[in-house]
Amino acid sequence: MIRKKECVAMLLAGGQGSRLYALTHRLAKPAVTFGAKYRIIDFPLSNCVNSGIDTVGVLTQYQPLILNEYIGNGQPWDLDRNFGGVHILPPYQGKYKTDWYRGTANAIYQNIHFLKRYDSDYVLILSGDHIYKMDYSKMLQYHKQNKAVLTIAVIDVPLSEASRFGIMNTDDSGKIISFEEKPKHPKSTKASMGIYIFNAGVLYRYLEDDEANPFSAHDFGKNIIPKMVEDGQPVYAYSFAGYWKDVGTIPSLWEANADLLGENPAFNLYDPDWRIYSRNFALPPQFIARGAQIKNSIITEGCYIEGTVINSLLSNNVYIAAGSVVKDSIIFADTKIESGTAINYSIIDEFVKVKKNSIIGAEKGDNVPITVIADNVTIGEDMIVPAGEIIERDIVL
Amino acid sequence: MNILGLIFSNIHNKELFEVTKRRTIASTPIGGRYRLIDFALSNMVNYNISHIGIVTKHNYQSLMDHIGSGKDWDLARKHGGIVILPPFGVSTDFYNTRLEALKSIISFINNSRADYVVLTDCYEVANLDYRDIFNQHFTTEADITFVYRECDVSGDDYMPVNVLTLNEAGRITNMSIYQSFTGRAKVSADTWVMKKTLLQSLVLDAINRNLRSFNRDILSHNLDVLKIYGYRFDGFFGNVSSLDSYYKINMALLDDKVRVELFQQPNRPIYTKVRDSAPTKYGNYARISNSLIADGCEINGSVENSVVFRGTKIGKNTIVKNSILMQNTIVADEIILDHVITDKNVKIINMREIIGDDHRLAYIVKDGVV
Repeated sequence: MIRKKECVAMLLAGGQGSRLYALTHRLAKPAVTFGAKYRIIDFPLSNCVNSGIDTVGVLTQYQPLILNEYIGNGQPWDLDRNFGGVHILPPYQGKYKTDWYRGTANAIYQNIHFLKRYDSDYVLILSGDHIYKMDYSKMLQYHKQNKAVLTIAVIDVPLSEASRFGIMNTDDSGKIISFEEKPKHPKSTKASMGIYIFNAGVLYRYLEDDEANPFSAHDFGKNIIPKMVEDGQPVYAYSFAGYWKDVGTIPSLWEANADLLGENPAFNLYDPDWRIYSRNFALPPQFIARGAQIKNSIITEGCYIEGTVINSLLSNNVYIAAGSVVKDSIIFADTKIESGTAINYSIIDEFVKVKKNSIIGAEKGDNVPITVIADNVTIGEDMIVPAGEIIERDIVL
Repeated sequence: MNILGLIFSNIHNKELFEVTKRRTIASTPIGGRYRLIDFALSNMVNYNISHIGIVTKHNYQSLMDHIGSGKDWDLARKHGGIVILPPFGVSTDFYNTRLEALKSIISFINNSRADYVVLTDCYEVANLDYRDIFNQHFTTEADITFVYRECDVSGDDYMPVNVLTLNEAGRITNMSIYQSFTGRAKVSADTWVMKKTLLQSLVLDAINRNLRSFNRDILSHNLDVLKIYGYRFDGFFGNVSSLDSYYKINMALLDDKVRVELFQQPNRPIYTKVRDSAPTKYGNYARISNSLIADGCEINGSVENSVVFRGTKIGKNTIVKNSILMQNTIVADEIILDHVITDKNVKIINMREIIGDDHRLAYIVKDGVV
């Protein structure tokens, strides 16, 4: 029996995320914790499922262990399917050629056989480092209406920031006339979101041509897309108006987390019609003890709070002892904060131990940098970690 | 060693109380995110018991919804897994006792490949270590190991009460079944371990002789013939038998020691259905003290000494004290609740305050709007 999938998603999850420094020591960027109980990859995966796309290839390369374990058979996202579902696609040894992924386009090129198994008409390319909710089926519909061979999702950015992005210049119909990667003098404010829908056949042809070009960086933004625009192919921009954030840096990761807080948050996790799925653990509910103070914060299962938590996000199994104050901070799973500690404007990774009376970071304000403590670090008693430090190994007196 | 688990989901269903009017005791919500059966199931799963039959009688829709394929307990298996066993036969033929229930599922028992069988109920909140129970079963070379506890029985407990007498070796020498009983005693925890072949022959014998009571006809009458040993369980054991005990057990979970005993045992977690709730969000006006709060809540009021289930919303300037708010309860702004139990999907919008006390808990039925 011949079966096919109309659209297969390919999620680029191999990046190191070097601008997240210590947070990506032992895991790839898409596996970084976000919004207390999620990992970044939950957002594109949930978007796929909510958009009716049930076949997703996850391309991994850098530190894949935790990401692989997290995705497992895809059951938490309802992606354990008889035909389709989620598949981890690492670099592999071939009969004629063995290679790492050398660029985003090359990663897809090396997995064309995966796409061909599903005989898909369209290929959706996603990256694993963005926080947003988007219905890809609407974008696909737009792609079909325009008879496009490539549609790129774009978002309006302030002109002052446009030079940080790949900028699309379009005509009135939305057709892209030119594409500039990080232009010095941007002509438009339509920034690429790194979300592409290709007609499969055209994609394969361009990937094969690109592979044959020894001077190419094998990158979608640098090579494939400019080439297709240059060739006059029908490449369209699909404008997206919702919340979208690249969380590739420490400040943007902090900001995107903070965007979840408040009475009318910039990004809403509580939409019953667009659930974000994640792997859940068998943990009891959070316990808030007598004397605790909690204000404008997001806290999840297994936490035990005796101290004060303000404007912060706490992941699974975080312990905050009495007399400790956590403010404007993000604490990842299984971290223990002992008594008398002050934590300000920091991101603290998993399995950290902060001993009594330590001070981490400084009150949030103009020009105060974020403090980062890497996973499994112990901060000894009475230690002071100044603002902006990135601590990667134990500091004990 | 292959073990079959049998869970009786509503053997005590005669003694209905408010929360179990429309559900089995098994699917009674407890502790913010659990259902009672999660304890019985997790205890078995934690001893690698991966073939479990849940014996049901009626009102088992909510139970089936909770269990689903069993994957959340790791029980969606090729071999074994979880099986819900609805009543067999025509509607007038329903079993009334544990032994009759066993008779009706004898072919399920016969067909399993198990060497041993564990039988248990699911009104209890406890983290039992079956490894320890089986170890004792083998050391004593018992035919049946009978889990019991020594406790103060109150008029609130399930009746009849099965009071045990044990000799020094731990063998049960006498069982007295009281229709009503209060006071301190060694009582049955309604959990038994035995060889499958023994259970088969006991049930077969019961069918042939038309016996009706598991405790009286099978256990009590065989104390001389079979070696029935007691396994003493001294851990936390919540016996959910009434609205009052339901309330007390939920409140007991606010005690650190109880929670550690139930939820923090190494390699013995309590599993439950995953609902993909978002984490809980506290607003600028939240004031929380001594409370157990599940995920998916949005809280902007004051919560004290309470258990709050998943997806509950509590408005500004609202005070919730000594209360249990089940899944998806909505409490609007400026409302006072004290000693209140709200069932699922309750909306409190109109009443400004609902105040009960320890002797008179205010209970609001499922889907109620007040």
